[in-house]
Parts: sequence; structure tokens; C-alpha cells
Amino acid sequence: MKILVAISHVPDTTAKIQFSADKSTFQSQGITYIINPYDEWYALVRAIELKEQGKASHVTLIHVGLADAEATLRKGLALGADDAVRIDINAADTFEVAYQIAEYARSQQFDIILTGKETIQYNSSAVGGILAGILDLPFVSYACKLELTSASTLQLEAEIDGGTQVLECSMPAVISCAKGMAEQRIPNMRGIMAARSKPLQVLTPQNHTEKGKTITYELNPGRSACQYFTEDQMDELVSLLHTQAKVI
Amino acid sequence: MAILVYTDIRNNTVKKNALESIQFARACADQCNAAVHVITGKIEQNTHGVLQSAGAHRVLECEALESYTDVNGISEAMASYILSQGIQHIVFSYDYTGKALAPILAGRLNAGLITGITHIPVFKPDGIEAVKTIFGGKASATYVLKSEIRILSVLPNSISFTQFENSEIQHEHLLLKLPLAKVKRIEVKQNNSGAMAPLPEAELVVSAGRGLKGPEHWGIIEDLAKVIGATTACSRPVADMHWRPHHEHVGQTGIAIRPNLYIAIGISGAIQHLAGVNGSKTIVVINTDKDAPFFKSADFGVIGDAFTVVPKLTEAIYRFKNSNS
Ligand SMILES: Cc1cc2nc3c(=O)[nH]c(=O)nc-3n(C[C@H](O)[C@H](O)[C@H](O)COP(=O)(O)OP(=O)(O)OC[C@H]3O[C@@H](n4cnc5c(N)ncnc54)[C@H](O)[C@@H]3O)c2cc1C
Ligand SMILES: Nc1ncnc2c1ncn2[C@@H]1O[C@H](COP(=O)(O)O)[C@@H](O)[C@H]1O
Repeated sequence: MKILVAISHVPDTTAKIQFSADKSTFQSQGITYIINPYDEWYALVRAIELKEQGKASHVTLIHVGLADAEATLRKGLALGADDAVRIDINAADTFEVAYQIAEYARSQQFDIILTGKETIQYNSSAVGGILAGILDLPFVSYACKLELTSASTLQLEAEIDGGTQVLECSMPAVISCAKGMAEQRIPNMRGIMAARSKPLQVLTPQNHTEKGKTITYELNPGRSACQYFTEDQMDELVSLLHTQAKVI
Repeated sequence: MAILVYTDIRNNTVKKNALESIQFARACADQCNAAVHVITGKIEQNTHGVLQSAGAHRVLECEALESYTDVNGISEAMASYILSQGIQHIVFSYDYTGKALAPILAGRLNAGLITGITHIPVFKPDGIEAVKTIFGGKASATYVLKSEIRILSVLPNSISFTQFENSEIQHEHLLLKLPLAKVKRIEVKQNNSGAMAPLPEAELVVSAGRGLKGPEHWGIIEDLAKVIGATTACSRPVADMHWRPHHEHVGQTGIAIRPNLYIAIGISGAIQHLAGVNGSKTIVVINTDKDAPFFKSADFGVIGDAFTVVPKLTEAIYRFKNSNS
């Protein structure tokens, strides 16, 4: 039972977001990068739990991106993954990320491919689905629980509007992971030491015709200054919510 | 030529997200002289008018979708339909259904995809340009798509509504060849949220944080929510401590929302909380601490104790509603 976990490398959640003056690139100077929280806390930790329980034999990490992400991948190895693969390309869009992962997965035999529900920078929620579409595999998105029920089936619980649904799915499958799947872990010293000597393979990308790309980035305008009210001015507040904001 | 909209209309129930995606598709269709064709599950004649005034030209009713649960199977059947009809643009809502189906269809059709679009795209001779939010609403990106087939999903609550007067809407039974499902549904668990709209589509949200001090104090929050018909939400620690159910957790790691009104009570306004609520059109903050970071992202603020301010606000709204009805 082999698991592949797709790891993205994103600005830390408190990072100050800035773009270049010509709006073409994100300013990454001085920014700390982390594993995308959903990939780490949910997808990766769940994969490691399955391995600890003896249900999975091998956990591989994959990242599509440049060498600066290797520290991020090492952190994933420190948490307990067995090896990592980096596909050396600055992908133009989510399709290209998914395409590169699909090409790699096709050459291997994975039973489960896990992704996070979305990255905290692009909020696309797309890589997992595109992967499943390219590979023609079953896809469950926003899964919040995952159990192996036999050598070839998974039982999942996944978010839907107004609740969750319990699903049964055959393997191999692609699953995008959301809150509830597992709890955050901190790598320990032994894990960090072991991670240094775990294999991290760098692969050249496959050719891919670009489908689209970002042309500009822009910060959203902030709000104008807050208007304050005392607790005895609630009628005034309500009246502004009605006339100005038109929400009541 | 047609722009195809896939909706989660099932059992004749039309949700707001479905109408938004039809509106969005119509605004696209008007730029390239196309018609709007809408895939639904079971739908009655009496509901056609709603889709028609949202901008639809034709309903493609596919009853087989009612109970089918394998998105990969749907994508397979849709892909062969799309190719047989020569369809170039497919529109989804960026809701749970669209988040699963739009990308898998893109992968299968080798189509370009933009998810979570906030404005009507611009059709140019060499591609379409669309804007989506990134960094949890702090920024936007403009994407261009040049692939032959293009898939677009629209962020709920982000486009304004126009009424269309079409001639009679057409109706057709669509027979999608759905393969044997590899994903089967065993059970559906509904959140116990009564009559409230689900958070991702709620227009009004009342949310509270650790400032409330304990789950036993949520009565004032629920009263306020009730008087305006809002959905309740909470900060992450509140869900983590089990004061409130997990599905109420909003923010970067919870649900991202963009209601018309967000009232934040006893929430400090940490950057990860803001990441999921910053897209709200109007934000009201109630907090004892005049330096709480949330005030910097608020339109209206009340510096004061939630336990006295909230009941007063509820009463004021009640008075306002009574005098206006
Ligand atoms: C990677 C990461 C992801 C995260 N994701 C999320 C997320 O998705 N959502 C989220 O919410 N948080 C998230 N957090 C946590 C976030 O950083 C904050 O810790 C959290 O939002 C704080 O919750 P709070 O405002 O309820 O509590 P606190 O920060 O404790 O704030 C309580 C507030 O209540 C005020 N207060 C106290 N008493 C009263 C009173 N009587 N009346 C009125 N006001 C009062 C206080 O002045 C204070 O401002 C995340 C953190 C990390 C590191
Ligand atoms: N560059 C990348 N390399 C590897 N996996 C990625 C990359 N970008 C995104 N992913 C995975 O795809 C998921 C969804 O990302 P997105 O579709 O970009 O929101 C993430 O949570 C990751 O698991």
C-alpha cells in the first residue's frame, strides 16, 4: 500500500503580501515559506498515521517547483515520510502542477494520492481533481475522514453543503483532505536527523502546452476607516446598516 | 454554440449558487453570441421560469444525476457529451459540487480552468481573462486562458443579479451515459443547523470568538442571528474547544465566506481569521479592546462588552424591523 502526498510550498500564514510594481510577481524576499497547512496537517499526517498502523508501507512526497522548496520537503520527511520527489519547474498554473504529478504517478504504483483541499495562496482547489481526471481515477474532495476498509477500498467522510457524506471508494483513488482528517504534529529531533539522509530525487519536467497563466496580481483595496459607535448608539448603527450598507 | 452550466439542482430545488452560475454564464454568452444550456437533475415545469429569468435558454434535465455519487463517472459522461456537441465553455459554481467536478472534467478534457472567479470574464480574440481572489481574499489575480476548452467556476456571492426576459425556455431530457460508480454513498449526515443558510452561501453571518468566555453564553449570539436571519459562525479556538460545532469555524483553515454582512463579536481579528472573512461586504466588530486588530478591517466598530452591546444591538434591530414593517 503506497501513498503519494502532494506538497505545496506557500508563504507563512502571517506573511505580508506584496507584488512587484508592474504587478507581475509576488514579492518573496523576507517571506518564510511553510508546507501548505492542509497538505501537512491533514494529508501528510494521515498518511503517516496509516503507515504507523501498518496499513501503508510507503509514503512518498511530491512537489512541483524549484530548489528553494527543498527545506519544506525535508520538513515533510522529518514528520515521517519515506522519500521525496521534486519536479524541477516553476509551473505556469494548477493544470501544469497536476500534469507533472500525474506523469510521475503514472510511472509508479500508488494506491492513494492525497492532496490538501487548496493552497492558502491561490485557493484554487484544483490540483487533486485535475490529477484524477488525467489519470481516470475516482476522486473524493474535501474528505475529513479516511479509513482503509479492505485491501482495495476506502471509507471516507467528506464535506458537502450543510453536512457531510460517508462514502466508499475503490483504490487507487485521489483524495483532497480537509479539517478533521488528522491533527497537526511537530517533528521531533530524531525525525529531523533521519530526514537529512532520506532520498530526495529531482526529476526533469515533462513537456506541457501552457493552457493559461496569471497576468497580473493586485492587492484588494483595504476598507476605509472604521466608524465607531458607543453601546448607546445602536439605533444609529442599525440605521446606517440599512441606508449605507443596505444589509438590514 | 452553447455555454454549458452544470448545476446541483436536484429534486426540483434551486439554490442561489445555481442561479449565480447561470447569470455568470449568460454574461459570458452575451459576449460571444452563445446560448446558455443548463444541466440539472429532476426539475418540474414550474421551476423553469426561475432559470429563465436568471438567463438560461435551455434546460437539460438529467434524472440519472439524482442519486449518482461518482464525480469521475459524471466527468466521463459529461466529457463525451461536451465533445460531441463541440462545447467550448463550461461553467460551475465554486461550491462543493463545482470544486470536485470542474477540475476533474478539466483533467479529462485537457481543458484550462479558473476556479473561484469574482467578476464577469472578458472574452478577447485570443483568450478569456478572469479575476479570482487569492491569499484568502487579500489579493486578486487576473488569469488568461487560451486553451480550446475552458472551464470556469464562480465564487458564490460575488456577482450582482440581473433579470432576463427570454422567450420561452427550451427543455430537453439529457441521457448521460453514467458508468458504474466507483464511489458509493453510504450515509448523509446533516449539520444540525435548523433553518439557517449554510455558511458558504449565507448573506448575513453573526460570528463570535473566545471573548464570549464559554459555550453557555451563545444565547445572545443566537438571538442576534435570529432577528436578522443570519447564520452563526465562530473563530477557530472556539471550535477547537468544542464550544461550537466544527462546521461553524471560519477563517483560513475553516470555511471562507463573503457574506454581505459579517458581525464579529469577541474575536481579535488574527490574520488567519481575517483570511477567511475579509471578502465580506460590510464588517461590524464588537470588542472590549480598542486596539483589537479586527477594528482595522471593520466598517463599523463598537468598543464595549459583548454581554451588554449584543443584546442592545438585537433590540435596536428588532425596533427597526417593527417600525419598518
Ligand atoms: C496556520 C494557522 C491557521 C489558523 N486558522 C484560523 C482560522 O481559520 N480561523 C480562526 O479564527 N483562527 C485561525 N487561527 C488562529 C488565530 O491565529 C487566532 O488564534 C484566533 O483567530 C483567535 O480567536 P479569537 O479571536 O476567538 O480569540 P482571541 O484571540 O483570544 O480573542 C478574543 C477577543 O475577544 C475580546 N473580548 C474579550 N472579552 C470580551 C467581551 N466581554 N466582549 C467583547 N470582546 C471581548 C478580546 O479583546 C479579544 O480581542 C489560525 C492560526 C494558525 C497559526
Ligand atoms: N506545486 C505543487 N506541488 C505539489 N503539490 C501541489 C502544488 N500545488 C498544489 N499542490 C497540491 O494540490 C493541492 C490543491 O492546490 P490548489 O489546487 O493549487 O489549491 C494542495 O493542497 C497540494 O496538496
